[in-house]
Amino acid sequence: MKKLNRNQVKNASTYILVTAAFLILQVLSTQGKLNSTTKGFLVPACAYIVLAVSLNLLVGICGELSLGHAGFMGIGAFTGIVVTSLLAEAVPNGVLRLVMGMIAGGVLAGVVGFLIGIPVLRLRGDYLAIVTLAFGEIMKNVFGNLYLGVDETGLHATLKTEGLTLAEGGKMIISGPRGATGITKLSTFAIGFVLILFTLFVVQNLINSREGRAIKAVRDNRIAAESVGINVTAFRMKAFVVSAFLAGMAGALYAMNYGSITASKFNFNTSINILVFVVLGGMGNILGSIISATVLYILPEAMRGLQDYRMILYAVVLILVMLFTWSPKMKDIISVVTDKVRGVFRKNEKEAAFHE
Amino acid sequence: MNEYSKKILKVPTVTFVREQDQGKQPVLDVRNLGIDFGGLTAVDGFNITIGPTEISGLIGPNGAGKTTIFNLLTGVYQPTRGSVLVNGIDIKGMPVHKVNKLGIARTFQNIRLFTDMSVLDNVKVGMHNDIKCSFFESVLHLPGYYKAEKRANQKAMELLDFMGLAEFADTKAGSLPYGVQRRLEIVRALATNPSVILLDEPAAGMNPSETTELMHQIRRIRDTFHVAIFLIEHDMNLVMNVCEAIAVVNYGRIIAKGTPDEIRTNPAVIEAYLGKEEGDANAEG
Repeated sequence: MKKLNRNQVKNASTYILVTAAFLILQVLSTQGKLNSTTKGFLVPACAYIVLAVSLNLLVGICGELSLGHAGFMGIGAFTGIVVTSLLAEAVPNGVLRLVMGMIAGGVLAGVVGFLIGIPVLRLRGDYLAIVTLAFGEIMKNVFGNLYLGVDETGLHATLKTEGLTLAEGGKMIISGPRGATGITKLSTFAIGFVLILFTLFVVQNLINSREGRAIKAVRDNRIAAESVGINVTAFRMKAFVVSAFLAGMAGALYAMNYGSITASKFNFNTSINILVFVVLGGMGNILGSIISATVLYILPEAMRGLQDYRMILYAVVLILVMLFTWSPKMKDIISVVTDKVRGVFRKNEKEAAFHE
Repeated sequence: MNEYSKKILKVPTVTFVREQDQGKQPVLDVRNLGIDFGGLTAVDGFNITIGPTEISGLIGPNGAGKTTIFNLLTGVYQPTRGSVLVNGIDIKGMPVHKVNKLGIARTFQNIRLFTDMSVLDNVKVGMHNDIKCSFFESVLHLPGYYKAEKRANQKAMELLDFMGLAEFADTKAGSLPYGVQRRLEIVRALATNPSVILLDEPAAGMNPSETTELMHQIRRIRDTFHVAIFLIEHDMNLVMNVCEAIAVVNYGRIIAKGTPDEIRTNPAVIEAYLGKEEGDANAEG
């Protein structure tokens, strides 16, 4: 057998873990072992995993702090809703319609990411963080004031407070602060899983290619990257657009899981939450993002029984995890354990080689 | 005319072109280069011509403007006056990555490796413009990707092997010993397929045996890859042994140009490094 290198092993283990988790949950769900509340977590969890992985591409791999990821999620969400409701008759197949909605949401988020990137990517570090924060808030406010409806004369949209008056038989899709209502729930856990696989495929492939190396090089040392002929701005832009595209797709998946959704869902808080997933899972660590997004999304939902205390507990958990993963003692313990595990593997390898 | 420009006139104008490079287009042709930072003239009237297979050196006391000159040659700074021609093309107004594509690669005085990446990946980043693989081929891992990667791995390993770094291929660049990091920077510069490499203090922090090895490697690089090498170095043993032509700068101006032997005995150079002898000062006064 051809020997796999460390990266390939890491990538393959991520796919295997995600697939295994999906299969277990899917079996449990068909056997009726999951209650309806737990089932309700599945699709949003998928969306948050995709958001965390895509933000990790930007923050961990490219080294650019963005605080407006929910803005791209929102673009994807509302685009997805509009596209799927417009195509309701033309494309009766729900799965196909959702996929088209997700692609449209992703593409629009990517295009907006590109346009925003032109001025924004001239900035670095704190300044970039502030501008992306503002971008997220602008997006939230635009969607919070957007009225969009369709009638026989076509698509109508306005940002005026008095809203839209449609011809008879027309249908409002987004109605300002009340958000989008009457969404057909098209998202399923299976599609969420496929989206995760797609995201992993794109991000992991990107990381291990010429493009990914250039992106990492820009993060590690911008001046050296320029000196070997890398167009720094172009590669920051590529990371930014790919990240926005994936966030848009996740947004569409997320929105199509609910009957109605308002713009306030895509606020600063959501952006920060996604960033917390990335930081806690480890910068640049894709599997880490997946695990932390799952745990940290489920945790506050599972603690709903504790009512007001749940956010306190959530915060305490965050602080403890940070302390544990950063304490030198804990790092020592972890390295001892991993060395032992590796040692066992090496021993097996050596023995196998010996027997050959 | 101030006292420095007077001194230049005294210096015999040695051409910076080896015999076998005569008649060929110089890889680096710098004419009357100068830069001001506010009111401070950091570099002025800098002229140099480097042939396609030449090893030349740039020396001078600390703060003489040597690294500034390198930054001007690679497009990091835009010159206030004069022009830089790389393989006959003026780099005026070009961003740094485009200047590199013209065939000029460099290393840095304070090492700038991609510390979190493996040694092999550092070299492959250097081969960035050499790897022909589109964005979609990369993202979707189409056959073109595997072909390009295979070729890149092979070439990167050859380059590492050339500098004796093959054993470190999978090591993280940041965890390498200092001397190895310096050599890796040279490999990364070589990986960009340059026609001239600028080395900014390549022997800094190296012990004498490493420096001796480096001297051999510099010659081997020139002979194997047929590139010109232009280096800044404070280690006079290395400069005098390896360079075929030397330029000396002080206060941003060339005070002497010539072969190592000419430089060694040039009074202006001795003065710049050691100061004026009292007897001379009296005689002149």
